[in-house]
Amino acid sequence: MAQAVAASAHDAHDPHATNTGVSNFKLGFWVFLASECLFFGTLISTYMVYKGSALEGPYPTDLFDIIKTTISTTVLLFSSLAMVLALHYVHEARKNLAILWLFAVIAMGGTFLVMEYFSYIKYIGYGLTIGSSTFGSSYFVLTGTHKAHVAVGMIWMGILAWRLHKGKIPPSKSDQVEVAGLYWHFVDIIWIVIFTLVYLIP
Amino acid sequence: MSQTTPVTGSGSDAAGHAEKQGSVALYIWIGAILAVLTFVEVAVYLIDAFEAVEVPILIVLSTAKLFLVVMYFMHLKMDHRALTWLFLSGVVLAVFMVSALVVLYHVLPRFA
Repeated sequence: MAQAVAASAHDAHDPHATNTGVSNFKLGFWVFLASECLFFGTLISTYMVYKGSALEGPYPTDLFDIIKTTISTTVLLFSSLAMVLALHYVHEARKNLAILWLFAVIAMGGTFLVMEYFSYIKYIGYGLTIGSSTFGSSYFVLTGTHKAHVAVGMIWMGILAWRLHKGKIPPSKSDQVEVAGLYWHFVDIIWIVIFTLVYLIP
Repeated sequence: MSQTTPVTGSGSDAAGHAEKQGSVALYIWIGAILAVLTFVEVAVYLIDAFEAVEVPILIVLSTAKLFLVVMYFMHLKMDHRALTWLFLSGVVLAVFMVSALVVLYHVLPRFA
């Protein structure tokens, strides 16, 4: 009898329970995001330190097309909206809508990358490369690292959409989508900072 | 709010998640505000009259956008406060690092 009660109590205990009510997976991911702040902080610092110090052109004012960059920035902002809607529908167990919004995230992330790719082609055409000047080095490393994050996020969203389609992510396991969403929103806020510091502030 | 939430595991139920969520209308509003703030930023950049106050305005608008995404899209407003402090520690350190280096390389040399 005592053994049965003990076994029952053991079964009732959630092995992943935490004092805060926040899962370890999610807490760990927030720690990762805090460390990513410092990672991008170093890249932004490098760009800011070298800003205006390039001895040879082309210079930022010769190259940046603010209207095109604003469009790609808006697309990335709306992809964050699509991501939060995907998570919303995962919580509501509306699988098809969640998959649809995840595809919207992938499509908008892809649009952003394509637009930025054509910007890179234009800059390279003007003679700005990763080795041409301090501006080129710091600009391509900063924005290239951000684009790599966007690409990783798109692959992650694709995997999530596939797992949702296969029914492997029930609402009780929505943490998986929530954490992917945190990553995507983080990529978005990094671009918010880059857009202001690199493109808008003279 | 969520600090008094009973202990739950990684597989917490959907109702618990729904409590911590905003509505679709709220998310669409936040998305619209973000787009408007972006266009205001570009307007400030393009209109010469703002030249003298351009940098502080752009930094304030950018911070507002960042705040909206973190609080509403990343749900920090509804989530456990420890997560806010955790993330804020990374943000503060990064801002300090960028500011310190900008002062060191761009501001102090003017007084040297």
